[in-house]
Amino acid sequence: MTKITDYDGPVLEIDKLSISFFTRLREIPAVMDFSVAVQPGEAVGLVGESGCGKSTVALGVMQDLGVNGRIVGGSIKFKGRDMSEMTQEELRDIRGNEIAMIYQEPMASLNPAMKIGKQLMEVPMIHEGVSKEEAHARALEVVTDVKLPDPKRMLDSYPHQLSGGQQQRIVIALALMTKPSLLILDEPTTALDVTVEAAVVELVKDLGKKYGTSMLFISHNLGLVLETCDRLCVMYSGEAVERGSIEDVFDDMRHPYTQALFRSIPLPGADKNARPLVAIPGNFPLPHERPDGCNFGPRCNYYMEGRCDQGYIPMDEVEGNERHVSRCLRMTEIDWDAPPEVAAKAEKPAVGEVVLKMDHLKKYYEVAANALFGGGEKRVVKANETLSFEARESETLAIVGESGCGKSTFAKVLMGLETATDGKIMMGDEEIQDVAIQDRSTETISSVQMVFQNPFDTLNPSMTVGRQIIRALEVFGVGESDADRRQRMLKLLDLVKLPRAFADRMPRQLSGGQKQRVGIARAFAGDARIVVADEPVSALDVSVQAAVTDLLMEIQRENKTTLLFISHDLSIVRYLSDRVMVMYLGHVVELGTTDQVFAPPYHPYTEALLSAVPIADTSVEKEHIVLEGDIPSAMNPPPGCPFQTRCRWKDKVAGGLCEQKVPPVRTLEDKHQIKCHLSEEVLASMTPVIKIAAE
Amino acid sequence: MGLFILRRVAVMLLTALCLTFIVFTLTNLEPNLEKLAKTQGNMRMTDEQVETWLSNRGYRDNLLSKYGQWLGVVPGYVITGTDGELRGKCIRPGMEASGAPRFCGVVQGDWGWSTRFREEVGSIIAKRLGATGWLMLAVMCVMVPGALIIGVLAGMREGSRLDRGLSTVSILTTATPEYVSGVIFIALLASTKYGLSPLLAEWGMIEGKSLFKGTATSAMKDITFANFTLPVLTIALYGMGYIARMTRASMTEVMTAQYIRTARLKGVSFQNIVMKHALRNALIAPFTVIMLQFPWLLNGVVIVETLFNYKGFGWTLVEAAGNNDIEMLLGVSVVSVFVVLVTQLISDIGYVYLNPRIRIS
Amino acid sequence: MEPLTWTGNLSFLNLPLQTAAILFFILALLQILAGFVPQRGSTIYHDSTVAGGPGLHGWSARLTLWSFYLVLLICAAFLVLGMLMGTSGGIIGAVSRQFVPVWVALAITFFLSLRYRRRLGLYGKLFDSTIGMVGFGLVMFWVFTAIFAGVFDMIYTHAPLEQASGMKNKLPGTPMNGAEAEDFQWYLFGGDNLARDVFSRMVVGSVTVILIAPLATIFAFMVGITLGLPAGYYGGRLDTVLSFSANLILAFPVILLFYLLVTPEIRESGLPNYMAVVLFVFPLIFLGVLINSRFHTQPQKNTLFLVLALGIGGWLYLTLVSDQSSVIRLLPSSLDFFNIPGGILVVFVSVVFVNSPTVFRIVRGLAMDIKTRDYVAAAQTRGEGPWYIMLWEILPNARGPLIVDFCLRIGYTTILLGTLGFFGLGLPPESPDWGTTINDGRKLLSIFPHPALAPALALLSLVLGLNLLADGLREESLKD
Repeated sequence: MTKITDYDGPVLEIDKLSISFFTRLREIPAVMDFSVAVQPGEAVGLVGESGCGKSTVALGVMQDLGVNGRIVGGSIKFKGRDMSEMTQEELRDIRGNEIAMIYQEPMASLNPAMKIGKQLMEVPMIHEGVSKEEAHARALEVVTDVKLPDPKRMLDSYPHQLSGGQQQRIVIALALMTKPSLLILDEPTTALDVTVEAAVVELVKDLGKKYGTSMLFISHNLGLVLETCDRLCVMYSGEAVERGSIEDVFDDMRHPYTQALFRSIPLPGADKNARPLVAIPGNFPLPHERPDGCNFGPRCNYYMEGRCDQGYIPMDEVEGNERHVSRCLRMTEIDWDAPPEVAAKAEKPAVGEVVLKMDHLKKYYEVAANALFGGGEKRVVKANETLSFEARESETLAIVGESGCGKSTFAKVLMGLETATDGKIMMGDEEIQDVAIQDRSTETISSVQMVFQNPFDTLNPSMTVGRQIIRALEVFGVGESDADRRQRMLKLLDLVKLPRAFADRMPRQLSGGQKQRVGIARAFAGDARIVVADEPVSALDVSVQAAVTDLLMEIQRENKTTLLFISHDLSIVRYLSDRVMVMYLGHVVELGTTDQVFAPPYHPYTEALLSAVPIADTSVEKEHIVLEGDIPSAMNPPPGCPFQTRCRWKDKVAGGLCEQKVPPVRTLEDKHQIKCHLSEEVLASMTPVIKIAAE
Repeated sequence: MGLFILRRVAVMLLTALCLTFIVFTLTNLEPNLEKLAKTQGNMRMTDEQVETWLSNRGYRDNLLSKYGQWLGVVPGYVITGTDGELRGKCIRPGMEASGAPRFCGVVQGDWGWSTRFREEVGSIIAKRLGATGWLMLAVMCVMVPGALIIGVLAGMREGSRLDRGLSTVSILTTATPEYVSGVIFIALLASTKYGLSPLLAEWGMIEGKSLFKGTATSAMKDITFANFTLPVLTIALYGMGYIARMTRASMTEVMTAQYIRTARLKGVSFQNIVMKHALRNALIAPFTVIMLQFPWLLNGVVIVETLFNYKGFGWTLVEAAGNNDIEMLLGVSVVSVFVVLVTQLISDIGYVYLNPRIRIS
Repeated sequence: MEPLTWTGNLSFLNLPLQTAAILFFILALLQILAGFVPQRGSTIYHDSTVAGGPGLHGWSARLTLWSFYLVLLICAAFLVLGMLMGTSGGIIGAVSRQFVPVWVALAITFFLSLRYRRRLGLYGKLFDSTIGMVGFGLVMFWVFTAIFAGVFDMIYTHAPLEQASGMKNKLPGTPMNGAEAEDFQWYLFGGDNLARDVFSRMVVGSVTVILIAPLATIFAFMVGITLGLPAGYYGGRLDTVLSFSANLILAFPVILLFYLLVTPEIRESGLPNYMAVVLFVFPLIFLGVLINSRFHTQPQKNTLFLVLALGIGGWLYLTLVSDQSSVIRLLPSSLDFFNIPGGILVVFVSVVFVNSPTVFRIVRGLAMDIKTRDYVAAAQTRGEGPWYIMLWEILPNARGPLIVDFCLRIGYTTILLGTLGFFGLGLPPESPDWGTTINDGRKLLSIFPHPALAPALALLSLVLGLNLLADGLREESLKD
C-alpha cells in the first residue's frame, strides 16, 4: 500500500464543512461553515474553548464521528481526494498511514493489555506489509527518535509501567511510525505537567521538521499555539471566527472574540490592581441556543442591534492581507488599537498582621508497598518536608508546583483532614496542627475554608444550589431562623454575581464557571478569614477564568481575606499573588515576593518552570530550558536535593554535593529564600528567562 | 505470589472453620436433635426416651467439645449407655471398641458417619461428588463458551440488531430459574403426550417415545445424550445469560475505550480490533464472574438433581438436610465452602494473570 | 357444559397468528445470520449504523419489524376481543375477561405516565425506552393482579384451596363437575393433582410473591446500606470485619443455608425471631441517623422529628418482632396488634439475610468510589459529621446503580422464594405460591404438565419484567 505521492497542493483542504450530531429530539450543529487548508510541512493551530467544535473537526477529518455524528455539508479533501467518497478500505489505508492522530489522554489511548512494541509494530505491518523483524527495527528507531531512555526495554513493557510523559512520547511514536503526511494533535499536552509539556512540545516541533509532516494542532492554550504553529484558526461556538498567520492574529487581530480572549488572559505586565484583566461577559452559548447572526454577538463589546443579530455572516478577508480572514461585519469600523476600557483601578490593600504561620511542618504517610496483595514492607512517603512560612491578612500567597509536590497534602493538613507529623500551624495564636476537623471549634472551621479545583465535582449533584449554601450556613451556626439563612444565602449569591433564581437549580443546570462561583459562595458562608483555593480556575475555559479570578480578588479585597492560591500556572500566579512559594517533591525550594521569584536569582527549578509556561505574546522572548525526564515519584524520591535528577546547574556545585545532601534553606536579600547548593556567584550570574522585546 | 496464596489459604481455613461451626451450631439446636432421635429411633418416643437416646450417643456433650471431636482435636466420646451398650464416636458399627482410635475427626481424615445413609461420610461424598463432577463439567463446557460468544458478539456492536436480539435472549435466560426452565423443558421435550416429542415420533424422526428423558437417574451409570441433555441445559441456561450480559457490558465498555479508537484510527480492521485489541481486555471482568458463578451453580445443581432425580452431591445435600444428618451436612458444607473459596482464589490469580496492570513485582 | 377450547370463537385468528409468527421467526433468523456478513458499498460505522438507502438488507429489516408488529397486533386482538366475548372466546377470552380490572388499571397507569412523563424524573424517562416500558408493564400486571386478588377478591374464579370432585388433573378448559349456578363453570387452566383450580391458585399465588419479595428486598437494602456505607467510608478494621462476615455468608451455598434455617425445628427454636429482632432494627437505625445527621444543628426540630419517627417506627418494630406465641414477647398483648405467621417470618428473615451481604458489597464499593469526590471533601472541610456525609452526600449520588440493583434484586428474591417453595421449605404445603405449586406439579410433569406450567410461566414473566425494567432504568439513567 503506497502513499499518494504525486500531489503538491495543500495536504488537507477543508471547505465549508458542517457537522451535526443527531439526537432523538433535535439536530445539534457542532461545526458550521468551517474552512481551513494545511500546506505541506505547515503547522496550523485550531484554538477555541471547550465545546467550540475543534475536536469534532479532527474526528470529521478522520471520518470517525460515531453513531450520531454526520457531515451535513462541505467537503474534506486529503491530497486532493474527497474523503467522504472513500470506501471503508480506502479510509483504513489512510488512517494511521497518511493521517495520524495524537490524543489528550496518553494512558487511555494505549491498549493496557498489549506490549508497547506490539502496538507500535502493528502500524507498519498493516500498512506496508513489512515483516515482524523490520517492524521491530522500525519501532526501535522511532522510540529512539522520541528520546525515550532504553528503547529496547520500552518496547517490551506495558503502558502502565511508564510515566505520563513517556506514554505521550509513545503515542507520538505510534503516530510517526509510517511517517504520515498529516498529524492531528488533539490537546496533546493537557494531561501533562508543565515542565513535561514543554519537553513534549519541543519534541513534536523537532520531529515535525525532521519528518516533514504537516500538523493540525488543536488546543485551548494560545501560548502553546504560538510556540508550535505557523498559522492558526480561532473557533467560537462551532464557527471559525478568525484565520491567519500567527503574527497577524496575535498582533493585528480583527475579530472581537480574539481580542477579548487576549485581554482576558494574564500576560506579563498585567497586574490585578493597576491593569486588571478584562473578563468576557456572559456565557458560552449551548449548541441549540445559539443566537441569530453572530454567535459572539451577545457577549461582544461592539455589538450593534439590527446588524450583528441577523442572518449569515461570512468570512471576509482583512484589507491588504488575503491570508488573514475574519468573520465580523464591523471589521473595518472598529478601532482595533484602542486600549481596553479599564475598570476603576483598585487600591492595593494594606497587608495586615500575620494570621497563619507554619513552622517546620512535616507530613509523612505510611503506605503499603504493594497495594493489592497487602502486607510486605511499608514505605514512608514524605509528602511535606519542613514547610515554614507565614501569611498575613489581605495577602495572596501563591503555592506553585507540579503534581506530587505536596501542595494538596499541605491543604489537607491545614484544613484538619489530616494531622501533621511534626511542626506547628498557628492560626492567630491557636495551634491547630494536631486538631483534626471533628475536634475543631465551629469558629475555627468556618474561618478556614477551601475552593476546589474541579467545578464538576465540587457541588453535590443531587442537592439544589441554595440548599448547599444554606447547609454551610447551618453548620457554621450563621443565622437565627430558616428564613434568615435563606436571606443570607441569596446575599451570598449576589456576592458571587449569580442571579437569585439559581438558588433552586440543580448543579447540572449550571456551567462550570457558575458552579465555581457557587463553590466560592459556599466557602465564604462563614466569613472565612483564610481561603485555600486549589487551582480554582485551571479547569475552566479561558474566557471564564478571568471573571472567576477577578471575583475572588474582589471578595478578598472587601473581606480582607488571606488567600492561599495553589496553582501550577505561573502566568496567573504572577498576575494575582503578593508572595510566591515554589514547591517540588514536598520541599519548598523558593519563597519570596512575586518580583523576587520572577526575577533572577532563581532556584533552578523555578527557572525551568518559568521557561516552560507558554506565553501568548509575540513580543516575549523566552529562554528555552527543557528539563530531562519526568518528575520522580514521591514514593521514591532521589537522594540529596530532590531536584538534582533534572537540574541543569548541578555541575556548578563541587563534589557531587547535590546527590548527597538536601540543601539548606538560604535567605538572600529581603527574606527571599532559596533551597539550593549553588554559590552566590552562580546565582548572581543567572539571566532573566523572560524578556519583553522592545517595541 | 507465594505469600499471597498463603494468606488466602489462611483466610480460607478461617472461613471454613467459622462456617462449619455455624452449621454445627444450627444442626445441634435442641429441636433438631429431637428430630434426629425420633427419625433414628422411632417417631413415638417419649421425652425421656429421646433424652437417653441422645445422651447415650454423646449428643449431650457441650457444643465446643462436640465440635472439637468432629474436628479431631478432642478425643471422641466413649459412653457406656444406660442400655449397657458401649458406644463411641470412633467405634463404627461392627467394630471392636478396643480397636477404635482415640481421635477420629477431620484432622485424622475421618469425616464421620452418616446417620441417613449408614455409611462413611467421606466415601459418600467422594462418590456423589464424582457424579456431580460430570454434570458440572458438561455444564461448563456448554455454558462458558456459549456465554462468551454471545456476550462478545452482542457487545462488539452496541445497539445493533444482533446485540438487541442476543441481549433479549440473555435477559430471558437469567429470568428463568432452573426449576422453571426444567419444568418447561420436560413438558416440551420429554413428555410423551405433549410438546415436540409426539410430533417427532409421529414423523418418525425419533426412535423412542420422547426426545429426551425427564429423569437422569440412568445417567448415574451411563451418560447418554437423551438422559443428560436436559439437566445440563437447565443449569447452563440460567448461568449463561448472566455471564453473557457481563461479557457484553465489559465488551461494550472496551469498545468505546479510547485505545480502541486509537486502533481504529491506526487503520486496524474491525475484525482485528475485536480479536487483538478488545478481547483480552473485555474478558478480564467475565472471568471473575465465571469463577464466582460456582456457588450459584451449586444451587442449580441441587435444584436440577432434585428435579431430574440424579443422585449426586446436591441430592445428597437435600437428603442430609431433610434428615438432620449432622456429620453428612458438615461434610457437604465443608466441600461446598471449599469449592467456593478455591474458585475465588483461582479468580484472583486469573485476574492478575489476565490484567498486566496488576503484576506482582 | 362443553369443554372450552383455547381460542373458542376466536379461532379464525389462529392461522394468521401462526403464519405471522413463523414469518417473523424466519426473517429474524435470517437477519441475525446476515449480521455476520459484512456489507459492501454502504458506509458502516464502527457501531454498525448503516448510512445509505435501504438496500436488500434494509428491506428485510423492515419486513422483520412489520411481521413482528403483526404478531403483536394479532395477540392484542386476541386479548381485546376475548375481553369482549368472555367464555365464547375460549380459554383466552375467559382469562382476558377475568383480568379486566388489571387491563383497566394498566391502561390508566400508562396513560397518566405517558402524559406527564416529562415531569416525573427518572420514572418518566423510563417511558422513553421500549424495553423499560415492556418490563414495567409486566411488573405492574402482576402488581395489579395481586392487589385485585388480595384486597378485592377479584379475578380468580375459585377459592385456591377448594377441591372439586372429578377435577383431578383435568385439562385446561374442563367444565366444573357439579358446579352450582353461581359458580364459575370451568377450570380455565385445568385442575391439579388435588383437583384444585390451577388458574385461581396462580392468581392468588401472586399475592404472596408481590407482598414478600419487594418488602424483603427493602429490608435487605436497609441492612446493606447501614453497614455498607461506614465500611466503605471508614475502611480499615471496620471494613475488614464487616467484609469478612459478608463473605462468610456469601460463601454459604444458598440452598444449604435455607435448609438449615427454614425448617420447622429451627422455627421452634425461636432463631428466626431473634434474627428478626436484629434485622428489623436496621431501618430504625437508618431513619434515626438520617434525621439526626441532617438536623443536629437545629436541636428543636431534631428532637421533634426524632421523637416522631422513632416513636412510630419503634412501636411498629416492637409489634413486628414480638409474637405472643414465640420466644420474643416484648410488648403486652394489648399493644401487640399484628403478628407475622411463623412460616412467613422465617422465609422473610432468611431472604433478607441472604440478600443483604450482596447489597452491602455494592454499597461499600459505591461509597469507596464517591468518597473521593470534591463535594465530600467540601463537606468534610466544613466540619460535617461522618453520617451526614454518608447519608446525604454519598447515598443520594449512589442512587442510580442502587435503584437498578433494587429491581434486579426483587427478581432474584422472587426466584429465591420460588426455590424455597420448590423444596417445600417454610410456607405451608397447601400455599398457592408459585414455587410450592411448581413443586406439587412436577411429580406428574411428563403426563400432566399444565399444573406446573402455569405458575412457572407466571414466575418467569414477573422476573423477566423486573429484569427488563432494570435494564430500561440503567439505560435511561446512563443517558444523563
